[in-house]
Amino acid sequence: MKVLLSWLREFAPFPDDDPVGLGDVMSDLGMAVESIDHIGEGLDGIVVVEVLDLRPHPNADKIQLVDVDTGDGEALQICCGAFNMAVGDRVPLATLGTVMPGGLEIARRKLRGEWSNGMLCSGRELGLGDDHSGIIVVAPAGEPGPALGTPIGEALGITPDVLYDLEINPNRPDAMSVAGVARDLAARLGLPFAIPEPQPEIVPGDAASRVSVDIVDPDLCGRFHARVIDGVKVEPSPAWIAERLTHLGMRPINNVVDASNYVMLELGQPNHTYDLAKLPEGALRVRWAHPDEAITTLDDVERTLTAGRDGVIADGTDTAVGIAGVMGGASTEISGTTTSVLLECAWWAPMAIAVSSKFLGLRSEASARFERGTDPEIVDLAARRLAELLAPSGARLVEGSVTVDGQLPDRAPVLVRTARVNRLLGTELDAAEVPRLLEPIGFGVEPAAGAGEFSVTVPTFRPDTTTETDVIEEIARHHGYGRIPKRVPTSVQTGSLTPLQRDRRTIRQVLVGLGVHEAMPLPFLAPGDLARAGLAAEAVTLTNPLAAEESVLRTSLRPGLLRAVAYNESHRTEGVALFEIGKVFGLPLPGTTLPDEREHLAVVLAGAEATEAVKAWDVLRHTLGLPPVEIDQGRTVEGLHPGRSGALVRDGVVLGEVGEVDPGVLDAMGIRERVAWLQVDLGATLALPHGEHAYRPISRYPSSDLDLAFEVDEGVPAARVAAAIRGAAGELLVDLTLFDVFRGAPVPDGRRSLAYRLRLQAADHTLTDDEITSVRDAVVDAVGGSVGATLRA
Amino acid sequence: MIDDITRIGAEAPGRIAAASTLDELRAVEAELLGKKGELTALKKGIGALEPEPRRQAGLAMNEVRAAIDAAVAERRAALEAAERAVTLAAERLDLTEVVGGRERGSLHLVTQTWDRLVDVFTGMGFTVAEGPEVETDWYNFEALNIPAAHPARGMWDTLYVDLGDPETVLLRTHTSPVQIRVMTDGEPPIYAVMPGRVFRRDTADASHMPVFHQIEGLVVDKGISFADLAGTLESFTSAYFGGSIHSRLRPSYFPFTEPSAEYDINCLNCEGRGCRVCANTGWLELGGCGMVHPNVLRNVGLDPEDWTGFAFGFGLDRLALMRHGVDDIREMYTGDVRFLEQFPA
Repeated sequence: MKVLLSWLREFAPFPDDDPVGLGDVMSDLGMAVESIDHIGEGLDGIVVVEVLDLRPHPNADKIQLVDVDTGDGEALQICCGAFNMAVGDRVPLATLGTVMPGGLEIARRKLRGEWSNGMLCSGRELGLGDDHSGIIVVAPAGEPGPALGTPIGEALGITPDVLYDLEINPNRPDAMSVAGVARDLAARLGLPFAIPEPQPEIVPGDAASRVSVDIVDPDLCGRFHARVIDGVKVEPSPAWIAERLTHLGMRPINNVVDASNYVMLELGQPNHTYDLAKLPEGALRVRWAHPDEAITTLDDVERTLTAGRDGVIADGTDTAVGIAGVMGGASTEISGTTTSVLLECAWWAPMAIAVSSKFLGLRSEASARFERGTDPEIVDLAARRLAELLAPSGARLVEGSVTVDGQLPDRAPVLVRTARVNRLLGTELDAAEVPRLLEPIGFGVEPAAGAGEFSVTVPTFRPDTTTETDVIEEIARHHGYGRIPKRVPTSVQTGSLTPLQRDRRTIRQVLVGLGVHEAMPLPFLAPGDLARAGLAAEAVTLTNPLAAEESVLRTSLRPGLLRAVAYNESHRTEGVALFEIGKVFGLPLPGTTLPDEREHLAVVLAGAEATEAVKAWDVLRHTLGLPPVEIDQGRTVEGLHPGRSGALVRDGVVLGEVGEVDPGVLDAMGIRERVAWLQVDLGATLALPHGEHAYRPISRYPSSDLDLAFEVDEGVPAARVAAAIRGAAGELLVDLTLFDVFRGAPVPDGRRSLAYRLRLQAADHTLTDDEITSVRDAVVDAVGGSVGATLRA
Repeated sequence: MIDDITRIGAEAPGRIAAASTLDELRAVEAELLGKKGELTALKKGIGALEPEPRRQAGLAMNEVRAAIDAAVAERRAALEAAERAVTLAAERLDLTEVVGGRERGSLHLVTQTWDRLVDVFTGMGFTVAEGPEVETDWYNFEALNIPAAHPARGMWDTLYVDLGDPETVLLRTHTSPVQIRVMTDGEPPIYAVMPGRVFRRDTADASHMPVFHQIEGLVVDKGISFADLAGTLESFTSAYFGGSIHSRLRPSYFPFTEPSAEYDINCLNCEGRGCRVCANTGWLELGGCGMVHPNVLRNVGLDPEDWTGFAFGFGLDRLALMRHGVDDIREMYTGDVRFLEQFPA
């Protein structure tokens, strides 16, 4: 909502010497000032000049050379990017040294080798609206215009003013009008506020005999106020009206449309004018639309309405002539032949307008006000104000009016307790503050039964305020949020992280220590992304994605991380190591509505072999204190290298996958390097008992190492050999390391040599040679028996 | 005899000094003191002397032996030091001649900011709550006093999920549904923050992403007031941003709080003096807050006459960007290592 200081001052005597300070008050009241424009300021040094000559710039197409006369008869060369002026036009020139409203200082400068001695100005450059399509032509060639050298402010009749752009919250329909902003501001500043009584030109007659209104559906329309204005002559608006509308962001059209908009902006009452001659017998019917009812709206678009969703105003023949609260119809539009107008000022059910305008895709200044709730009591004043604005063109308001009521909201008084006010705000306000703060903004405050309690009547322009808390917010607003004390509550809890949150930090620190960078790809995928990453295509989709590339919810972190690898590779960063902890979304489990949402950890190591991912997993598992987890290469993991991947399995439950990404997938993703991959379902994994790290006493007795190399079939996992060793060695084994793997002669094809170092140690004595020998024999026996391994000499 | 001993004693230092390696020194030592050494040979003759000359010779012998021992030890130490110096010199490394780069990874900027925020709030006695990213309409809107077709729904551009009845399942537009879950799953007193990932139907540009992060806070207890909200945010502001940065609250509107406020902090660039970053206002808008709306409390079964509470929330990505002067939010989400590695901690 934009407001002009001069317009505000028509309702209360606001000081005009500190516009910024006034803006601060508006912000403090919750009408946040987004910008302040000082109209007419910074125009010193901008004068009217005459165009003497126009020439192409020798070195540029989009600039021309303009010679102007500032009044001394000399030709002054200007470079100008606009082409809309002709020789003889009078235009504004910002002379050298001028500081423009935007802060730009005009200096003599060369543009592509040609001197420019100033700048010709557009409307936007002068701070007069947003028009930047060309230079303002103050007077076209041949027409009388202001003398050369006249200051532009004087030439254009620009009155200095201040334009505020305010951000109005949805619960402040009252502040969507100049008068409403003025009321709030005057209350805070302790200034008298009044809406002047309109003085329209009135002709005797009886409007009620010329128009009739039937509210067929009272749930749609709470009040319909109709007036008749005769003697209408459609012509341009007076300059001051056109100027104010322009400043507030509306384009002047003609006096009737402009007066309508002016009243809406000033009083917050949207309204509509019908050409009375085009309405048979001046009859209007207000009802919900019929199924598939059609209407051509003012913008010449034929629209099909939905029964029960859109409201219409129909004529006496039941033909729709307007969409209630949203847009008027073309058939009764004001035109050059219009002489009599039926003026509608109505109160529409806010939810009806909200739904209708949303589904029709027709948002307007009017619908925005109706859907927040207008003031049903201002319809008469608004109608008379509009007639007043039109009076200079000869328009006359016909005596009498028609007002029909449908369903208006109940407005029961609200009980407000001073004790509750103070309890909710943390203040110590005296009961007398309640009426002092509320009455200036139109609330009626009467003492109620209890001490410090009030019966508060909410003004009709505050439909948002229906409860005690709503009123307390008004008290807080006008008391000033900044005057409410600051106090820190004492939490009765101990702040802490959950075990999962602590584990996540551990995981991240481990991976960072391993040289892996954390990435956060978006969780949205394109159709086909999952298949490209070697995953099942079944996934949850979005109904209204912004783009098809973002229409699928990921079921795995793999597509996103692989895309990041490809991105880095394509920017000549190879061998990247990335990880992500994030949610993935499966189809809902039976009996649930929400997706099967799980938190995964994934690590991607470009340029690395599968074992690098296994090592990372081992460090994580060890750090988290997880129980042993089997790497089951017997299970196929989709999209991973069939010979270099396996599932992470514990007690038959798959916790994740580890290995290398299938080369076919890498090809499809445009990745040239090998990529090692680890993915872990964090929820399932961290549900295992973990993190104990129980103390094992360190023996003070010497340890002995036993190196044993076995020949083992390729089909037997090393993990099984190790398990057999552990089982056979018993308690004396304190450490087991695989220190060498060897393939080739003399080891026969299909087998490899695995060399292990066993560190043996007893807690309470030095090991004897006999003990070591018996461990050795037991291990060799067990490994030979269970996994068919033979000891190498 | 004594003359021989004295002569050996006099010659010894020169011979010891002439040894230029430890091996030579050992040889000289053997020549002088060894089993077949010169002094040992003389010693054998001492026993045959008269008592007085024998005593004299014995004394001289001991004196010379001690002197030689000392000289040998001294020479040995010197030779050892010289040999070590040679070895060390041969082992010299150019410490700037390092092959291979750094080995440490990095936490994402969002994670770093998340952890810092969470640490401040846990220090203030808050627990940390989380919830699902795909939510029902009830948790994301209804329970928060935003009924269907409420004009305020326009404040959030929602991405809906193709599950259940149309527009009943969605990607949460804020972390507020976690507030509802905290209140329905537990009971007051509640002092909790909810960091999390949220979604809006927004086209990505320098300052917007369809996916971003928020942190919200919720306190519900007896006697909680707007003053507690203002004080908590002030404490947080100076704890997180530094003691010179203060907060202020301005009236605003949210369906789930009343009174509602915008939460501003002093501009971090100019500390409130006014600059380009803050459009000369001296303030930066950080987020929204307010007293939990009575309808929200009722929706989770709490009596607003007994319990009051406040809630606040703000974006996390912007804090991350501001801290490092990153001017395009999209940079954080490409996975480009050249970006990630700039922020090791």
